[in-house]
Amino acid sequence: MPSNKSVSDAPIVQFTNCRILRDHQLQREDLWVREGKILNPEKVFFDEKGSADVQLDCKDSIIAPGFIDVQINGGFGVDFSLATDDFKSGIDLVSQKILSHGVTSFCPTLVTSPPSVYHQVLPQISVRNGGAHGAGILGAHLEGPFISKEKKGAHPEHCLRTFEAGAFQDLLATYGSLDCVQIVTLAPEMRRSSEVIQELTKRGICVSLGHSVANLSQAEEAVQHGATFITHLFNAMLPFHHRDPGIVGLLTSDKIPAGRRVFYGMISDGIHTNPAALRIAHRAHPKGLVLVTDAIAGMGLAPGRHTLGQQVVEIDGLNTYIAGTKTLSGSVATMDTCVRHFQEATGCSVETALEAASLHPAQLLGIEHKKGTLNYDSDADFLMLNDNLYVRATYIAGEEVWRQDASGM
Amino acid sequence: MKLIILENYSQASEWAAKYIRNRIVQFGPGPGRFFTLGLPTGLPRDHPESYHSFMWNNFFKHIDISPENVHILDGNAPDLQAECDAFEEKIKATGGIELFVGGIGPDGHIAFNEPGSSLVSRTRVKTLAMDTILANARFFDGDLSKVPTMALTVGVGTVMDAREVLILITGAHKAFALYKAIEDGVNHMWTVSAFQQHPNTVFVCDEDATLELRVKTVKYFKGLMLVHNKLVEPLYSMKEMGAERSQSKKPYSD
Repeated sequence: MPSNKSVSDAPIVQFTNCRILRDHQLQREDLWVREGKILNPEKVFFDEKGSADVQLDCKDSIIAPGFIDVQINGGFGVDFSLATDDFKSGIDLVSQKILSHGVTSFCPTLVTSPPSVYHQVLPQISVRNGGAHGAGILGAHLEGPFISKEKKGAHPEHCLRTFEAGAFQDLLATYGSLDCVQIVTLAPEMRRSSEVIQELTKRGICVSLGHSVANLSQAEEAVQHGATFITHLFNAMLPFHHRDPGIVGLLTSDKIPAGRRVFYGMISDGIHTNPAALRIAHRAHPKGLVLVTDAIAGMGLAPGRHTLGQQVVEIDGLNTYIAGTKTLSGSVATMDTCVRHFQEATGCSVETALEAASLHPAQLLGIEHKKGTLNYDSDADFLMLNDNLYVRATYIAGEEVWRQDASGM
Repeated sequence: MKLIILENYSQASEWAAKYIRNRIVQFGPGPGRFFTLGLPTGLPRDHPESYHSFMWNNFFKHIDISPENVHILDGNAPDLQAECDAFEEKIKATGGIELFVGGIGPDGHIAFNEPGSSLVSRTRVKTLAMDTILANARFFDGDLSKVPTMALTVGVGTVMDAREVLILITGAHKAFALYKAIEDGVNHMWTVSAFQQHPNTVFVCDEDATLELRVKTVKYFKGLMLVHNKLVEPLYSMKEMGAERSQSKKPYSD
């Protein structure tokens, strides 16, 4: 007997013959979905006396929450830091293409750019739900320009700025609007950064430390003022030193305020971080690890030259450098590749690898009550994967939005 | 009674499952209904230890039963006695229970009919004995204060009215209760003993549960296994109804 009309007309779909990731474990359970949310079947059975309208056999797939990428600069020829006329269609293209990588929500990232770029681009980014048109947009990630000159990495030096003059007002003037901004990466050793961190945190924006030469105390102070994330750990920061661990030391710092957790992004493409370093970070603080792609426009395209904001980068295999140098600049890795590489390099369980790309980013952004898990009443954004963690199908709000066809495309 | 002795827990479970399956097929369920038994009160329905959760997780979600055929006593009903009386009425309305499946407690209770319960009792609210509360504490993290102290339960009389009774008893901790139930007299201190006066009872147990029985009893019933196994072989299926069903007479009577 299908849905109880007095409660809801919407059809109930039951996904059977699968293993779902719930409570940090893969369990042999069915997944029930109605009206775009994960449904509690026990309630349906006893309270509504209803049952499934449609049953789908998942052929023993793994069902995991959709991946959330909080650092992605573009892809497929689209560069989020370039203010083009067809910016909107560019972001639509990327959001549609990354469905095949298992990403159901993302934060389009802008690297250090002149204010004009922010003023033109940011109004064109809006927070929106995902669907057949593409992955959902959670808000922009602004990486720079308030970062350190010494650790600028691939960011253009002439666009770097400081907080000296007007601190938060400066930041607001630079970006134009913070309406759809979810994350800001800055260097905490800069003067007056504490006020800025506090202001941003007050507005619900996640502050991330990165591209910085801060020492551990400066980093801890930033965390005490509200910072909760570290942008691509190890890259663009001082290396770990046993008498001053720098930002890396936050992973095991005892000065983190009670009840708070510091998360850290890792680009596990096998290039940005040596697998041994990845393992050290993971073992030191497994619950804080967030997988990110830091993908650039060249992701998904043939090797060659592409742009990254104001810079030109060159892609050679999996390596992406500032043209003519050996400075890494983003990656061309896809999220599912990162998940697989992370699992292989650390030897962690499938559950851990999947959570690093779904639960942890959701916790970072404070949205784990609706994203990042398969708990009852969460948004039904999920993936069907095979045992080797290759994505077979992507679902957003309970609807299939991508499926790997027989040709393996 | 038939005493079916299997080697261990899994074998006992499997035998019982096959037997129940054959009985269901023979019964030819149609508008026939399904009743589920007594449960603790006061637990919210979606508490992981409520019988609703227990039955859902261990039974209902694995089968294709229609929700309206499930009748579980509601421990949160505003008038508990009325709830119990209504349950009795529902049983009568569907023509009575064909097969009652249950276990026994270490104190020999059937359902929650604790020692001292009337052997002709009906569905009602019972206060649980300390033994039962202790046994259930493991579901509440060992915290005795969290274990419910009252339960709604079918009565001994209610179960005696069923046309057939199947009791599953496994484990050494149940051995003494089994001894009291079948080798001693009928006694309201060991309420399972009431079934000595039921025309059609099957006890399924494992070796450990027979530890307190006389060797003679155990040997006698083990000797009958050849005959008893005919109750589970062949395994009937709903698809082969008809001829099989009409031949449902048992190999021998009790």
